Amino acid sequence: MADTTIQPQDKFALNPMFLLRWEKTQDAYVLLYPEGVIKLNASAAEILKRCNGAATVAELVGELQALFNEDDIIVENGIYRFLETSHAKGWISNQP
Amino acid sequence: MPKDGSVTSLDGLGKPMWLVLELTYRCPLKCVWCNNPLDYDSYASKELSTEEWKQVLREGRELGALQLGFSGGEPMLRDDLEELVAEAESLGYYTNLITSGVGLTPERLSALKQAGLKQIQLSLQSAQRTLTDQLVGARVHDLKLDTARRIKAAGFPMVLNVPVFRQNIDQVEEILALAEEIGVDYLEFANIQYYNWALLNREELLPSREQIDNAEAAVNRARARLGKRMTIYFVIPDYFETRPKACMNGWGSIHLTIAPDGAALPCQEVRVIEGLEFPTVREHSLQWLWHESPLFMKFRGDEWMKEPCRTCDEKEKDYGGCRCQAFLLTGEASNTDPACAKSPDHHIIESAILGSRKPREHKPLIMRTPGGTTVIPS
Ligand SMILES: C[S@@+](CC[C@H](N)C(=O)[O-])C[C@H]1O[C@@H](n2cnc3c(N)ncnc32)[C@H](O)[C@@H]1O
Ligand code: SF4
Ligand code: SF4
Repeated sequence: MADTTIQPQDKFALNPMFLLRWEKTQDAYVLLYPEGVIKLNASAAEILKRCNGAATVAELVGELQALFNEDDIIVENGIYRFLETSHAKGWISNQP
Repeated sequence: MPKDGSVTSLDGLGKPMWLVLELTYRCPLKCVWCNNPLDYDSYASKELSTEEWKQVLREGRELGALQLGFSGGEPMLRDDLEELVAEAESLGYYTNLITSGVGLTPERLSALKQAGLKQIQLSLQSAQRTLTDQLVGARVHDLKLDTARRIKAAGFPMVLNVPVFRQNIDQVEEILALAEEIGVDYLEFANIQYYNWALLNREELLPSREQIDNAEAAVNRARARLGKRMTIYFVIPDYFETRPKACMNGWGSIHLTIAPDGAALPCQEVRVIEGLEFPTVREHSLQWLWHESPLFMKFRGDEWMKEPCRTCDEKEKDYGGCRCQAFLLTGEASNTDPACAKSPDHHIIESAILGSRKPREHKPLIMRTPGGTTVIPS
């Protein structure tokens, strides 16, 4: 992971303003926060569900590599990229 | 409420994603820019009961509503607010309270937290006690600041809503500093929209172009300094742009307001348009009101548009602007919003701006009171 600030031992949690839940009427997971609603695709939802402040990024990668029927490197890169975006958008933060 | 410039990356797919309940128009304050109806007083006896509001909440979820705002008037005047919040939470809404802070006592704040309330939007009008108290007609400035701190201490994400007009626009920097000190998460400078009480007082409230530019520059400096710590919204009033706002994201597109008497409205101002009927949840299902009522069908999509909107390549961007503003300023709701420079009626906006620049005698401000008989002398 050359161009990332995210480390395998980092533990991310959803910021308290955000609420992640399954929304039947959209047939998808949604992220709710004071000013809006974001509809998540399936892989984004699987990643955010695991941002519980306890699991490390490395563990998360392992679990999702087992879950997704995809090349391991692609899954890993995808997760790092998504975590970076989520962090930049303020959805998640790194737990001490 | 959806802010101009906020993210809704969700295509509503024809669902009323944002539901706003105007629980009551009653309010202890008398703001001179209030966007509540001029005859707000006549709704007090027609307010929906607790059970009727709960029915609205259930039907709203079935229609796909996700974000919920409790507003008014002053929602704290309803003593069933906590019960309604708890019901909304159990149904799965993201619950927002929109309040002036008056009546939000420490006891009620913790009861609302208990009930599961997610977020609070508090309105603040100025960084100066005397100005706030004068313009809202009550001594509440200190109370509002105290309430803001208690809201943060209770762990709520908070939006500080600052309605912006000529009298407070030069205080943007002081207000930013105050918001930073309180630890506000979202600061919204809402250049007021000119309906109802604000329209009555427009000549006195409309800021100058120069004031707006200065305020915007101050906001941009603060954004650079604060980064992610505080999100700041500052939207230039449509009077000063050459294009209208994408009002409500389009009529009957993602937004549904229920007025105190149960009328289902595409936006909270829509009763200013004459000649429309406003059926209520007392007579109809929310399903019918949203999907089929003549009111919601009236300006949905773009079939209703006239020139210049009809053939304009920007109609997907702004949906022809605001129907209420088109009606109030041109007398015809299906006209292009005169805030658009392509509108043949744009001169109405230009002369209002010119009028606000001319040196002239100040007029007294009319306060939100029954009949508007109370004034702040000039
Ligand atoms: C009508 S108030 C009702 C809730 C509560 N009484 C309050 O003032 O916060 C809802 C929001 O609309 C804002 N508001 C009032 N008049 C407005 C206007 N003419 N244009 C834009 N926003 C306005 C208020 O600042 C407040 O944030
Ligand atoms: S804007 Fe002012 S007068 Fe209007 S409802 Fe809110 S607090 Fe009351
Ligand atoms: S003409 Fe109508 S659609 Fe085109 S920019 Fe103006 S308001 Fe929007």
